[in-house]
Amino acid sequence: MITLETLVPATGMFSYAWLMIAVPAVVAAFLLIGGRILDRVGHWLAVGAVLVSFSLASCLFAHQLLAGPEARAVTVPLFDWITTGMWKVQAGLLVDQLSILFALLITGVGSLIHIYSVGYMAHDERRRRFFAYLNLFIAAMLILVLADNYLVLFVGWEGVGLASYLLIGFWQHKPSAAAAAKKAFVMNRVGDLGMTMAVMSMLALFGSSAFVAVNEGAAKLDPFWSTTMGLLLLLGACGKSAQVPLQAWLLDAMEGPTPVSALIHAATMVTAGVYLVVRSHAIFEMSAAATTAVVLVGTVTLLVGAWIGTSKDDIKKVLAGSTMSQIGYMMLAAGLGPVGYAFAIFHLLTHGFFKANMFLGAGSVMHAMDDDVNMRHYGALWNVTRVTFWTFAMGYLAIIGIPPLAGYFSKDHIIEAAFEVSTVAGVAALLGAGVTAFYMTRLMLMTFFGEKRWRDGVHPHESPKVMTVPLVILAFFSVVAGVVMNGWIQEWLEPATGAHAHEVEWLPTPIGWLTMLLVAAGVGLAWWLFGTKPVPDTAPASRNPITIAGRNDLFGDAINDALVVQPTLVLARGLVANDSRVLDVGADGIGTVFSGLSARTRRLQTGQVRAYALTMTIGVLLVGAVLILTQLG
Amino acid sequence: MSPDNYLYLAAILFTIGTIGVMIRRNALVAFMSVELMLNAANLVMVAFALARGGLDGQVATFFVMVVAAAEVVVGLSIIITIYRTRRSTSVDAANLLKL
Repeated sequence: MITLETLVPATGMFSYAWLMIAVPAVVAAFLLIGGRILDRVGHWLAVGAVLVSFSLASCLFAHQLLAGPEARAVTVPLFDWITTGMWKVQAGLLVDQLSILFALLITGVGSLIHIYSVGYMAHDERRRRFFAYLNLFIAAMLILVLADNYLVLFVGWEGVGLASYLLIGFWQHKPSAAAAAKKAFVMNRVGDLGMTMAVMSMLALFGSSAFVAVNEGAAKLDPFWSTTMGLLLLLGACGKSAQVPLQAWLLDAMEGPTPVSALIHAATMVTAGVYLVVRSHAIFEMSAAATTAVVLVGTVTLLVGAWIGTSKDDIKKVLAGSTMSQIGYMMLAAGLGPVGYAFAIFHLLTHGFFKANMFLGAGSVMHAMDDDVNMRHYGALWNVTRVTFWTFAMGYLAIIGIPPLAGYFSKDHIIEAAFEVSTVAGVAALLGAGVTAFYMTRLMLMTFFGEKRWRDGVHPHESPKVMTVPLVILAFFSVVAGVVMNGWIQEWLEPATGAHAHEVEWLPTPIGWLTMLLVAAGVGLAWWLFGTKPVPDTAPASRNPITIAGRNDLFGDAINDALVVQPTLVLARGLVANDSRVLDVGADGIGTVFSGLSARTRRLQTGQVRAYALTMTIGVLLVGAVLILTQLG
Repeated sequence: MSPDNYLYLAAILFTIGTIGVMIRRNALVAFMSVELMLNAANLVMVAFALARGGLDGQVATFFVMVVAAAEVVVGLSIIITIYRTRRSTSVDAANLLKL
């Protein structure tokens, strides 16, 4: 049974909810057209814009907390967007329990990333443009989560795609960055195809793409359409959230500046897929096939991501693999049905804190090491960059799930819920937790411990305050977010997800103990492999197929290449050949025939007056003969 | 009166003129042949005018003679110009306008 939210129209402060989106959007436009005059203040303007959005979101959140559960989901109709014969699309915002949490995460973590970027991008001459794009990213993501209509959501969806393209390729002078941006954009288009088709089928079946209409209509949907729609939405979610099979763009997206990676991985973009699945729960609940597909995608991705994380030397790529893996957990939870929605969102929020923390920490390390990303060139940094180390350590403990840090609660709930639904998914999630502990410990050991393996001329130093303060705040939330939300989030999200709250354990259950055992095993293994002996300066050649596959991103690029790129190339070459050998030959042939003919006819014009006279005489005689003959006839 | 003999004469003159235009290379001779053809036509018109007792043909003949005179002026000046530049009045030599 799907319980529908009771929506109340916006009053008071809620009618200004659109300002949350408008402020960063306007500032982004202002910074882009403003020109060089804004170079000196532009970044603070952008920071201010996100802070305005954040304070607005906090006020609305406080409002909702104080209001009763029945008055928490608020619709804010804005304007009639599309009015044609059959359809009427109203652009409006939906500020409910689910979207406000996202808005808080996006603007909260977003502002910290903005502040951090002020320091990180201090020496980049295109900093103003960078901040304009960041603001655009925030605005697009807010449209995505605050929309009350799939079509409006799609606007944000595409806006996020655009902003990520601009930011991943921000250092466009590097061919690799330009290529990575294009790759992200193209792979996202594949997902968007699923998304557009899902929206179109909603319009066709329900006559509207508003959440209310879709939720109502989904209950009466026949199985074929609910499965189709669910799978199409899943395809969209896979594209945005970098889930298998559309995962390949995320690792290359590390070409962007590090704050961008933090923003993509923690606050925006990759969380959109999870949001979409949870928001569309009414459709997924109607189709067992679609939910199974979500679980499958989540499980596979959480293992694939963790696997990739174990064998990378690039600190950002380890974290990227880790993001894939953690988003896989969220997908898995979202696919588990009502029991998992709240946990998916819970893990998404805690992950937002500790992953932003660690990405920004990685940025701080890179800042110290002259933008070197190879962990084999790090080592012994704990004493040099102390703030970065301690904050990073909090993120590390949170992600591997040490109680009572944030990751412990959220991940443990997902593993337990997975065991309730399917043993296979549960075992995979359990295994994933162990692998996570392994690769994160490896990262910690290679970066902060061991002997110095610094390159010549690198003098590590702690980052400025503007970068470390956000780290401290994020570290604080990585520690406390789990405890704060553990007993509260299910009940809070109950109306939005239609799932009844379960009792949650505060103390580890048997499965929790098992998880911790595996985590300990992972940490121990990593310690034994990377902590007890010196780390080689270059990656040792390996015959281990697991390592080779991991280093090559599980051959994701090769698979894409073989399945999509090569066939497309063959088709394109075939079309070119058809064009040049068939169509061109035909067209050119006609031309050749006519020019050849005219070259021959031209000879008739000899320039010999007597020949013309002869021709004319013959002509006259012929005409005369014809006239006479017809007269006779 | 019967115009038969006049017509025979005119036909002979016209044929001579036509053949002259076609086979002679000298522009002046070709020109004279053209005049011969014109006059053959004049002869036909005059003969018919006489046979039918009308004046139309004779009037038309006057027009033809006037036009022919004007044409001779233009034609001869062209021939003289060609002769000045090419030192020849052969019509075969003046073939520069072909493609």
